[in-house]
Amino acid sequence: MTAKAPSQEDAHEAHHGHSHGHGAGHGTLRSYVIGFVLSVILTAIPFWLVMGEVLESKTATIAAIVIFGTIQIVVHMIFFLHMNTKSEGGWTMMALIFTLIIVGIALAGSLWVMHHLNANMMPMTHEMMRNMP
Amino acid sequence: MFDDTNLTQLIFGRLSWEAIPHDPIIISTFVAVVIGGLAIVALITKYKLWGYLWNEWFTTVDHKKIGIMYIILAIVMLLRGFADAIMMRIQQAIAFNGNEGYLNAHHYDQIFTAHGVIMIFFVAMPFVTGFMNYVVPLQIGARDVSFPFLNNFSFWMTTAGAIIIMISLFVGEFARTGWLAYPPLSGADYSPGVGVDYYIWGLQVAGVGTTLSGINLIATIVKMRAPGMTFMKMPVFTWTSLCTNILIVATFPILTATLALLSLDRYVGTNFFTNDLGGNPMMYVNLIWIWGHPEVYILILPAFGIFSEVVATFCGKRLFGYASMVYATCVIMILSYLVWLHHFFTMGSGASVNAFFGITTMIISIPTGAKMFNWLFTMYRGRIRYEVPMLWTVGFMVTFVIGGMTGVMLAIPPADFVLHNSLFLVAHFHNVIIGGVLFGLMAGLVYWWPKAFGYKLDDFWGKMTFWFWQIGFFFAFMPLYVLGLMGVTRRVSQFEDPSLQIWFIIAAFGAVLIALGIASFIIQLVVSYLRRDQLRETSGDPWNGRTLEWSTSSPPPDYNFAFTPVVHDHDSWYDMKNRGYERPLAGFKRIHMPKNTGTGVILSGLSIALAFALIWYIWWLAAVSFIAIIAVSIGHTFNYKRDFYIPVETVTATEDARSRLLAERI
Amino acid sequence: MTDKTHAETPDAAQFYLTEDHHPEGSTMLGFWLYLMSDCLIFAVLFATHAVLGRNYAAGPSPADLFDLGLVAINTAMLLLSSITYGFAMLQMERNAKAETLFWLGVTGVFGLLFLGLELYEFYHLIQEGAGPTRSAFLSSFFVLVGTHGLHVTFGIIWLVTLMVQVKMHGLISENRRRLMCLSMFWHFLDVVWIGVFSVVYLMGVVG
Repeated sequence: MTAKAPSQEDAHEAHHGHSHGHGAGHGTLRSYVIGFVLSVILTAIPFWLVMGEVLESKTATIAAIVIFGTIQIVVHMIFFLHMNTKSEGGWTMMALIFTLIIVGIALAGSLWVMHHLNANMMPMTHEMMRNMP
Repeated sequence: MFDDTNLTQLIFGRLSWEAIPHDPIIISTFVAVVIGGLAIVALITKYKLWGYLWNEWFTTVDHKKIGIMYIILAIVMLLRGFADAIMMRIQQAIAFNGNEGYLNAHHYDQIFTAHGVIMIFFVAMPFVTGFMNYVVPLQIGARDVSFPFLNNFSFWMTTAGAIIIMISLFVGEFARTGWLAYPPLSGADYSPGVGVDYYIWGLQVAGVGTTLSGINLIATIVKMRAPGMTFMKMPVFTWTSLCTNILIVATFPILTATLALLSLDRYVGTNFFTNDLGGNPMMYVNLIWIWGHPEVYILILPAFGIFSEVVATFCGKRLFGYASMVYATCVIMILSYLVWLHHFFTMGSGASVNAFFGITTMIISIPTGAKMFNWLFTMYRGRIRYEVPMLWTVGFMVTFVIGGMTGVMLAIPPADFVLHNSLFLVAHFHNVIIGGVLFGLMAGLVYWWPKAFGYKLDDFWGKMTFWFWQIGFFFAFMPLYVLGLMGVTRRVSQFEDPSLQIWFIIAAFGAVLIALGIASFIIQLVVSYLRRDQLRETSGDPWNGRTLEWSTSSPPPDYNFAFTPVVHDHDSWYDMKNRGYERPLAGFKRIHMPKNTGTGVILSGLSIALAFALIWYIWWLAAVSFIAIIAVSIGHTFNYKRDFYIPVETVTATEDARSRLLAERI
Repeated sequence: MTDKTHAETPDAAQFYLTEDHHPEGSTMLGFWLYLMSDCLIFAVLFATHAVLGRNYAAGPSPADLFDLGLVAINTAMLLLSSITYGFAMLQMERNAKAETLFWLGVTGVFGLLFLGLELYEFYHLIQEGAGPTRSAFLSSFFVLVGTHGLHVTFGIIWLVTLMVQVKMHGLISENRRRLMCLSMFWHFLDVVWIGVFSVVYLMGVVG
């Protein structure tokens, strides 16, 4: 990632950060429509699974929700936020990956730490938990 | 209509005459501050400096001036934070055998909270941010940061946070909860007063500034480097600044969100961290340390960067193991997110969790140790000049290693069960923060002072400062290790066991030595200013430096570099000097620069009003100032003309003046 | 001396540029970094909900409270606003000011509908006695969903500001850059909303 050689653009334009070439990528009508259709489908399925009580097992339903949610987030990233490995010299992607790692650590770590803490508390049945004041 | 109390409450919330403390210590401080403040205002008015201050400093978007203002803020707050420290030391030294000392528990608790909050958020943070602001653009050959207005705004938000904390000294009270305000103690049930609200809003307002300044500096380092400066050619201080700012951007939001949840508990009555209705105070402890541990690396990494620059310069050698230094910094950055639980091993998460976090904590000492060896090997066979910055560096290497070792002791969960919340812990973190961060900042101040002001700092008083601090530190904190091992807990204002007193007296003596160190530091600044003509430094490169900031004049012109430098090596200025670089003398062009703006000051003032209103429940003022903040922010975006050109004549005149100065030297 | 390479250096290395140096614009990167930091605020709220979300304190649970039909309509509003913002960006690239403004306006209307439905839901819950103070679950629900709603509110204020600015100055480069930032902000809120409806509503109702 070396800084670019001086460009021939006139000072005013350049300093106002005209964003062609290196800004967030641009979509096309096609990509927006594809993204929209995909996200409608990916939203509709989990809602249908839950509202229609389609799957027998709770675990399977939750797994399906997580999977469809994750796919939909990726779809939004690609078709609406135009994420790719090249924009801003790869820095947006790097920042995203780093953030996801931190988010993962914070979420998983909190759950792990707090779960063990609760497990070490005085014994308590699920019923007691539910009726906790 | 309203009766009287209702109307007063509507206008003043819970603010009343009762809020002004009646304690003689506070009243005399208040009187002194008022007199001092009025004297300063009178002097500024007499010498007609208001216009100068407003136009040249308050509204500036120049990263150099903003950096200097950050450091001034840090030094002013250092005096306040140290006043708290020495009050605690004296109290603990005398409060034995039934003597209650001169501070009651109510007051003492506020003092240790204020000391921690001020030293971390309003001394160390602005000090570090000040250096990053001042030095980074110069080191990467840029003319300013990516977002100059945002930089000014960030500074004023930090200052606003400091002002909010200072208001609590004279109006109402400060938190009595310790510097992280754990609930349920900090919840509405146990701290119904304004103290915790001052704490929350002070940190929230300053946090906005810190986060934005972090974003700004990352963008600057990624986007504005001089041509040829690849990442592995960046100066080490710039590297550590990059990692620090990544940590800032990736952790301060966590603090903001956690404090927001606490304030909702207090203001709205939600049940996040309460004892009943399903709330869990331990969740707060968990969240705040996810921020809190990276925070200590936010402070120490820039100090590591400063030491790296100082060691290389004063040993006349390339830094040993540049690449390993960079990797160690990055590894520390990531690992700092994996250790937060070591702050609450005793909370009861069990063996598996404690073992994991104990091990990750010990792993962090590996890259840190690698850095220590890099500095040592840089010194090895170097031509070492023991100038003041180098003294601080050597002092750091000794002191910090001791602190690091006690840190590894604390990382062992069973040992921590004994030492948790004891004075051993207090001694440990002062050992790393004073021996690491503060020594680094002092080294940096002496090192870059000639760059910022064009004259060196006085050597004698610099050495006095160093020795008083170094010796005072050992006197003040080694006894605390002993006391901690004996089981004395922190945050206690009176003691029963008379055999402990001698250690507290030694610690108080150490605090007095540190006070002399601070006095020497102030004297150093004054003496150097008075002797500035003898100490004048015209070459721009007083230490035979190695990085780009030494290639320009001292102090640098507004535009930093008349021509953008081209970089070939990681010690680029050293490389340029070696290969016969000659300063360009003609062919200057006009230079495009950002314009000053007062919006940052206005937004900061409105934020203080908003915070004050929320603290005292003055709802009308909160609404008005909130709307005003939005309106001013939107109004600011309607101004499209934010830049100007420094005409070529000015550039030529500035550069010619420097040519004459350089010629006089020969 | 105006020559780019300095004549007298031994190996003819070039140590400075004689032409103006223009680093690339930083705004997009800076704004992305801001979004990442915002992402962490939501991460804390999600973590809090994950830890405290089942502490009903003998109060109502998600299955008792949530009307998934309403949430589905709400989600639709946000998705529609997303694609209409996309259309606005396409018009902006064609340099069509009036059409850009039209689609921005449509986006704003969908955003307002979303907010209206959310406020209706909140009002309804509070009326039933299931306000944010009832249990830790409800505290975390209201704050997570409410923070998202607050972001949408600020997005709409920003959108209106930008519409005025585009109207005043046209699609100049500053305004284009601002529209692109808002675009990122708006789509980012969508992504957060996917997490909200999946984790809070759907998984909550499943139990």
